[in-house]
Amino acid sequence: MCGTAGSVPFLLREDPGRGRTMNYDVIIIGAGMSGLAAGIRLAHFGKRVCIFERHYAYGGLNSYYRLGGREFDVGLHALTNFVPPGRRGAPLNKLLRQLRIEREEFDLREQLGSEIRFPSRGLRFSNDVELLISEVQREFPDQGDRFLRLIETVKAHDDATLAPTPVSGRRVLAEHLSDPVLIDMLLCPLMFYGCPDEDDIDFTHLVTLFKSLYLEGFARPREGVRRIIKTLVRRYRGAGGELRMRCGVRRLHVSGGGVQGVELDCGEVVRAPLVFSCAGYPETMRMCRTASGGGGEPLPYGRGSDGRGPEGGGDASERFLTDADRLAGRLSFIESICVLDRKPADLGYDRTITFFSTIDRFEYRVPEGLIDPRSGVICCPNNYADHEHLPEGVLRFTSLANYDCWKALRPGEPEGDAPPAYAAAKSAAHAEAVGYALRYLPDFRPHVVFTDTFTPLTIARFTGHARGAVYGSPHKCRDGRTPVENLFIIGTDQGYLGIIGALLSGITMANLHGLGENNRKA
Amino acid sequence: MTKDEVRQIVLNIIGVVAPDEDLSDLKGDVRLRDQLEMDSMDFLDIVMELRKRHKIEVPKEDYPNLATLDGCVEYLLPRFRESKVAV
Repeated sequence: MCGTAGSVPFLLREDPGRGRTMNYDVIIIGAGMSGLAAGIRLAHFGKRVCIFERHYAYGGLNSYYRLGGREFDVGLHALTNFVPPGRRGAPLNKLLRQLRIEREEFDLREQLGSEIRFPSRGLRFSNDVELLISEVQREFPDQGDRFLRLIETVKAHDDATLAPTPVSGRRVLAEHLSDPVLIDMLLCPLMFYGCPDEDDIDFTHLVTLFKSLYLEGFARPREGVRRIIKTLVRRYRGAGGELRMRCGVRRLHVSGGGVQGVELDCGEVVRAPLVFSCAGYPETMRMCRTASGGGGEPLPYGRGSDGRGPEGGGDASERFLTDADRLAGRLSFIESICVLDRKPADLGYDRTITFFSTIDRFEYRVPEGLIDPRSGVICCPNNYADHEHLPEGVLRFTSLANYDCWKALRPGEPEGDAPPAYAAAKSAAHAEAVGYALRYLPDFRPHVVFTDTFTPLTIARFTGHARGAVYGSPHKCRDGRTPVENLFIIGTDQGYLGIIGALLSGITMANLHGLGENNRKA
Repeated sequence: MTKDEVRQIVLNIIGVVAPDEDLSDLKGDVRLRDQLEMDSMDFLDIVMELRKRHKIEVPKEDYPNLATLDGCVEYLLPRFRESKVAV
């Protein structure tokens, strides 16, 4: 067996008050998409796996909740990367095979059509890239051939590599396209749907997003994201995996350069020789640091130690550990969900998603105030094929937001009722965002029957991602490695994107670090 | 254990790893990769299912033996027979 009983006596010392000590082959922190996917792979191939989730809901950044008798998806606008069955090498088809899940189980329906709107310009796109090509040719006649060459460059780039060379995405776009407005229009959806950096985006990251949005496409499970989560949980449990909800990990036990186990919020210690975390890179490294009494060994960083950093060098690992806080992502969002007494199509809005910027030069950065309403995303879950069953009309509005400004309105723990100033700011921000969005859709406001707004604080509270950074840290661990041996990062901070990316992240890392040659049972 | 039985075992595993493929006309002497939409992840899964279901270990250096269906049968038959004896 892989168990290392006997090699971790210090754990028993540190856990004197608890009678119960469990052992697993693998512990996974977080029941996010990547954690569930990794868990399925590992459990399917005979590993004893336990997932610990602090929250009462599964899904992490892609979850769902009930409010006012309605069910809402947390993050999902669309499942990107949609391709028809049989398209070779496509991430969606790959992961269905790897998880032994049949496509029908996700019950996906394609988008009706989306658009990018800038001042006096518009580009429509769908799940057939030919529409976008013809739209670019129509709106930017001198850029048509250049855009085709860009598509070839994107297709030829291996974005699944675990060791990408950092290159400015804007620079590569400027090498292909000569119209800055077209560059910003193409970047707008890509950044809103997955960029952890301000203003620019790493080219490999850009390629992943470009393929998933423009060359593949959008779909939605008819029941929303819960369909995907429930399928994954069923599959995981069916494979023999354990799942403990409302059971967070507060600390990682590190000794001799490796992780030996975890300490739960309740104080219980659970041992395993291998830990995957989808809690985020800085968040995970912080769990290695914070001793909750009793000390523990210092982390294995620095030159001459046996800790191997993501780039293999002692200096690098030291920097990553000591700068864990600084590495937290900064970009966050505010989002409002409006429930209407009729379908948006009945009001004349038939787009699935509208990405807009009301200024020519799109700005993707942390706003100075609470929000930047000048650009944003409008999403309509009703406008997918075969979605007539949704009982009400729904519109979602997303804008960039500043965590610090929101935090100042609600300092301390977000328990109990929100302070009046915070609540007032929420409605004002919502009204402002909608004010700008109304340039692109009919006035739906008389038909609103319910509104829910979440801020960067809400995201931070429910996902554990510091500062509500939806797309995580700009520092990505592409090969999953951390300076701590046998502790691997999966999910957003490993670097794949979206629901499909998160699932693929869990699968790839589980294959590489959990089922590889080095981890085989004797 | 006969060749046909081993062949069926391999086909069953391919059916699990790549359920969306049509296996009815699979040729024994043509590389699986050329007949099916399978990548290295899928091939690794065939090896892992062999271990999970039949306790057969295929070392990495032997993977090329599994390139065709006939190759799989030829390579795996003695290993299945050995494992039977061992049981």
